[in-house]
Amino acid sequence: MTDGDAHTVTAPPPEPNVAPARLLVVLGAAGALAGLLLVLAYGLTLPTIEANKARALQEAVREVLKAPERYDTLYVVNGALAASPPAAADPRRIEQVYLGYGPNDRRIGFAIVAEDAGFQDVVRLIFGYDPKTRQLLGIKVLESKETPGLGDKIEKDTTFVGQFDGARPPLVGVKKGKRTNPSQVDMITGATISSRAVIRIVNRALERLGPLVEAYP
Amino acid sequence: MRHEISPADLHCGAHGAAAPPRPGHAAPAREDLLRGIWRENPVLVQLLGLCPTLAVTNSVANSLAMGLATFFVLLGSSLLVSTFKRVIPGEVRISSYILIIATFVTVAEMLLQALAPDIHKALGAFVALIVVNCIILGRQEAFASRQPVGRAALDAIGMGGGFMIALLLMGGIREVLGSGTFLGVSLFGPRWEPWVIMILPPGGFFTLAFLLLAIGWWKRPRAA
Amino acid sequence: MGDLVWIFFSAMVVNNFTLMLFLGLCPFLGVSGRVETALRMGAANIFVLVLTAVWVWALNTFILVYAPYLRLISFIIVIASLVQIVEMVIKKVSPVLFRQLGIFLPLITTNCAILGLAIFQTIRGYGFLEGLAFAIGAGAGLTLALVLMASIRESVELADVPAVAQGTALVLIIAGSLSLAFMGFAGLLSSS
Repeated sequence: MTDGDAHTVTAPPPEPNVAPARLLVVLGAAGALAGLLLVLAYGLTLPTIEANKARALQEAVREVLKAPERYDTLYVVNGALAASPPAAADPRRIEQVYLGYGPNDRRIGFAIVAEDAGFQDVVRLIFGYDPKTRQLLGIKVLESKETPGLGDKIEKDTTFVGQFDGARPPLVGVKKGKRTNPSQVDMITGATISSRAVIRIVNRALERLGPLVEAYP
Repeated sequence: MRHEISPADLHCGAHGAAAPPRPGHAAPAREDLLRGIWRENPVLVQLLGLCPTLAVTNSVANSLAMGLATFFVLLGSSLLVSTFKRVIPGEVRISSYILIIATFVTVAEMLLQALAPDIHKALGAFVALIVVNCIILGRQEAFASRQPVGRAALDAIGMGGGFMIALLLMGGIREVLGSGTFLGVSLFGPRWEPWVIMILPPGGFFTLAFLLLAIGWWKRPRAA
Repeated sequence: MGDLVWIFFSAMVVNNFTLMLFLGLCPFLGVSGRVETALRMGAANIFVLVLTAVWVWALNTFILVYAPYLRLISFIIVIASLVQIVEMVIKKVSPVLFRQLGIFLPLITTNCAILGLAIFQTIRGYGFLEGLAFAIGAGAGLTLALVLMASIRESVELADVPAVAQGTALVLIIAGSLSLAFMGFAGLLSSS
């Protein structure tokens, strides 16, 4: 039986010897086996992966807060910092700020993670801030894809990174060598845009989180 | 999938010199192993799997890691596909292969993330992209699904080894010229100005072009 | 990055999928010197990319939260199914288009670009609109790279190329030059 298009309307001839049930069984079995293997591997590797992430974060916080004895994780909830996340929410999806303590429970400062567009792609960094003295304690670039040899100096040039210790936000970028006061930052020659990105990231994060941090009891 | 226009047939085997094994020709085991290393090298001869070859070879360490991960996936998939080749019906073979490969890749990624988080971060999305690496799917379709387990294993080792060699060649050239280091060890001292372009994307293209040119020149038909 | 315009242009030129991220190389290196074919290939890619972005967002938001280890498998199933469905739809709706385009569609399944988009979208945690901007930008970038390569090859076919360099080596050198040119777009989107 044909329709006008000269295509037969009958079903395609069934493949010899293979029932659809068998296809489903095979695919189902393969899927189940795959699922089992994956759950197993996930269970085995998850603790290590989480531990790695926690350690990386710890090292970053320690570096920008200049070796605190311990630190607390605070959550940004409804425009204020809270010591614990709201009950129903996934803590990993809430913005976190870290409060570091020195000996005798003396507060060292807050570690804030922020990101924005750099020259090539997004730059992500963490910086330490002391609201009592209104000074930065240090920065550390966490992720960047800036040009090797030029933009990547924002990570690798210790002079550039070092000048954020004790800097006073809001920061202003100046040409290299022209820095006269702690609010200014010598930008990297040949990597102006990457340098400006770092400055902008810190300034904007503090515009947003500075009041919260200062208001935290 | 109803009509199996095998992506592997159309695409993964489409460009390149991969000759399917002649039926009935009992190749010695050695040939199965060595085929992938030079004569039918998946990258340099068959021109497959170019995405990771260009993307992660900006350092020898990354090349090594990617080569090992791909090797693991290729060997595991080939073993499984060859073992179950009679059980998998033709209609669903591509789907089954992809399922097997995807499982191995996920496991490889989890292992890498747990054991070497820095390298996992450097390789980024490309570990997961092993799943669409034509080398793997191509070998399942062309070889592992038609050959006994032993031969499939040897073929996988050969192809995986050939891939690793190509990656290390690329990685070596790019890291030495582009960073002045090998495996992170500085070779030329602090005053060497590296050719940064080599570790940037254009450098990947140019390095592979150079390798192919070198091979083409070496293989050129010589005047009698 | 929440800025949609930034995401679009970043995916299209600054971090072009083919020339900077090395995704979608197989069709790129194999594209003939016919600009029209390249445009069609690009169009098919954009279509599949956008659909993929939507599905990936849905998967990430609603399902994969509970089973992150199934991410890769579910992505690849979605992509393969999408390509099959698109093929069937085009075949029914416009057999002419299918004849011109159909050969490319199975290639898209094993194309790194689609899966690459899914993975990047996940890693960067894009929302719905951001994912769309990303997909359209990536597709536009792919099309741009394909068309550029096709038009250059059109001219190169008439040139006198040494036998040793003919074929893929030459294409790679052209690609490297294009990539070098595209590096000039870096800094285009910085807001300071």
